[in-house]
Amino acid sequence: MIVRRPLLWLILVAAALFAWLPWHGNNVALREDLILVAVAIILTSNLNLMIGYTGYVNFGHIVFYGLGGYVGLYFATVLGWHLIVAALTAGVVVSLLALVFGLGILRLRGAYFALATIGVLEAVQAFVSNFEPWGRSTGMYVAFGSYAPLGGPKRALWITYFLMIAVMALSLILSLGVKSSKFGLGLFAIREDEDAAIVLGVNATVYKAIIYSVSAFLPAVAGALMFFKNGMIDPSIAFEYMLSLEGIVMLMLGGQGTVTGSALGAGLYERLRSYLLTSPRLSAFHLVIAGALLLLVIRLAPGGLIGWVYRLVPRSREVIE
Amino acid sequence: MIDGLLIGSVYGLAAMGLSLIWGVMDVINLTHGAMIALGMFGMYLLFGATAGNPYLLLIPAIAAGFLLGIVVYWLSVHWVIDRPQLMSLLSTFAVNMMVIGIGTAIWSTSPYNVNFSLPGITVGEYTFTGNHMAAAGSAVVIALMLELFLRRTRAGKAIRAVSDNRDAAELMGISSTRVLMIAFAIGIALAAASGGLVSTLFPFTILSGAGYQLKSFVVTILAGLGKPFGALVAGILLGLLEGAVSPFIAVSWIPLIEFGLFVVVLILFPRGIFGRASA
Repeated sequence: MIVRRPLLWLILVAAALFAWLPWHGNNVALREDLILVAVAIILTSNLNLMIGYTGYVNFGHIVFYGLGGYVGLYFATVLGWHLIVAALTAGVVVSLLALVFGLGILRLRGAYFALATIGVLEAVQAFVSNFEPWGRSTGMYVAFGSYAPLGGPKRALWITYFLMIAVMALSLILSLGVKSSKFGLGLFAIREDEDAAIVLGVNATVYKAIIYSVSAFLPAVAGALMFFKNGMIDPSIAFEYMLSLEGIVMLMLGGQGTVTGSALGAGLYERLRSYLLTSPRLSAFHLVIAGALLLLVIRLAPGGLIGWVYRLVPRSREVIE
Repeated sequence: MIDGLLIGSVYGLAAMGLSLIWGVMDVINLTHGAMIALGMFGMYLLFGATAGNPYLLLIPAIAAGFLLGIVVYWLSVHWVIDRPQLMSLLSTFAVNMMVIGIGTAIWSTSPYNVNFSLPGITVGEYTFTGNHMAAAGSAVVIALMLELFLRRTRAGKAIRAVSDNRDAAELMGISSTRVLMIAFAIGIALAAASGGLVSTLFPFTILSGAGYQLKSFVVTILAGLGKPFGALVAGILLGLLEGAVSPFIAVSWIPLIEFGLFVVVLILFPRGIFGRASA
């Protein structure tokens, strides 16, 4: 049972720390740093469901986040729904869309799927940039009045932060839950040898479509929260290709296929990125460093940081998975 | 329409590079877009330095692309060839990020252009711009030269042999590492050449390559893997299609159509796709 997993309790403690640290002492700067880390962890751990567990590279993972932001903002500001309802609706809508896409493009195998995901990103971005109700390429703004139901903007920011931390914890628990389920075993089988898995009775197309759709849900919720917090959205920030790609770097860095690894890689890389982006001399080179890092990890340590820890302390596998 | 035909031959040239690498070594080269962008900027620099005819400057651009291809091959491709496809996707992709990162640092993401124009030809009420015709002509000439190289020369035959069956080729005494390296370098040189040609037609930024990379994928899938000359024909078809739909819809919808085409073709004509995966 998942309750007996030590990692579950670690996740909850970490989430509690994330929530408490900035709240204690009203440290807004720390909160803004941590919310970025939380978003990185949400995106990476859900991406891990595809890349790490199922062995399918999704280059367009950011599509879920951006679409979630659009759908959520539309419900929250244009229709005036409560933030939580709007964010959850965004998650459901985007998941359903992903299921439809997934049933189509997941007939493609391996690299062809990876290419199709680049196409999904381009196509969705092209669609949104031309879609009148969502403001085409200028995007949408959050009306100031939308913060009123949450008790004013200042409180609303804290509420979005706590919700984001909850989504982060849920993402990690989801990864852990899938890993310890029969469904997860089916995914691992697909990763190792898809044809053998099919012969042994795993309905690969359905499994892949389900995990593709599941991996869309929490990023979409996170997107709705984040863009609500930022107060605006437009196609270029919603579907930032580079963020999608950096998600892959984070995952490989931490160790694909592991819950802890995806979180660790996301946290470390996000901090590194913030440092590089704010440093005047290095800001232009952050992509170069990310690329070099990815190349080194693939070449020298395909298991990532966690793979290295496993080799050092083999027994750690039982706790950090 | 005619413009579509002319531009299409440049798409075809870009796709030939991708198709060659994909077919010969089963590596999907995600540096392709970045290399096309480098071709554009290479042409910009060469033209700025010499003010010569860009279509003659293609020759040094291709040579530089070839050398760059050798560097990229040793940097990111050589050690992943026998590993799962996921690894080669990621490692070429890492190089892509580095190139885009360096490019952004040098040129930012603002648009550049190569300010050169050839006189056009007017037939009746239509005018064909000189640049479009020269670019299409260069693309076809390069494509023909590649086809001749693959069919007639010893190195070209070795490439085709390795593409058909690498183990058998090795047994016949062909050094597959060298052949793979050369094939990869040719692929990159073709990408650089197409980038150079595009730079004489449209303004470009360091990120422009991505759009052409998507087009190259569509074209490669349309043509079937490892058929460079087919890629030229499919590229022209794609150009014609774009030319045919552009009067009716906004340009920004085009990626949607291309992607739709990509998925539909893959699903309807999966021959050689699922077969290869389960072999």
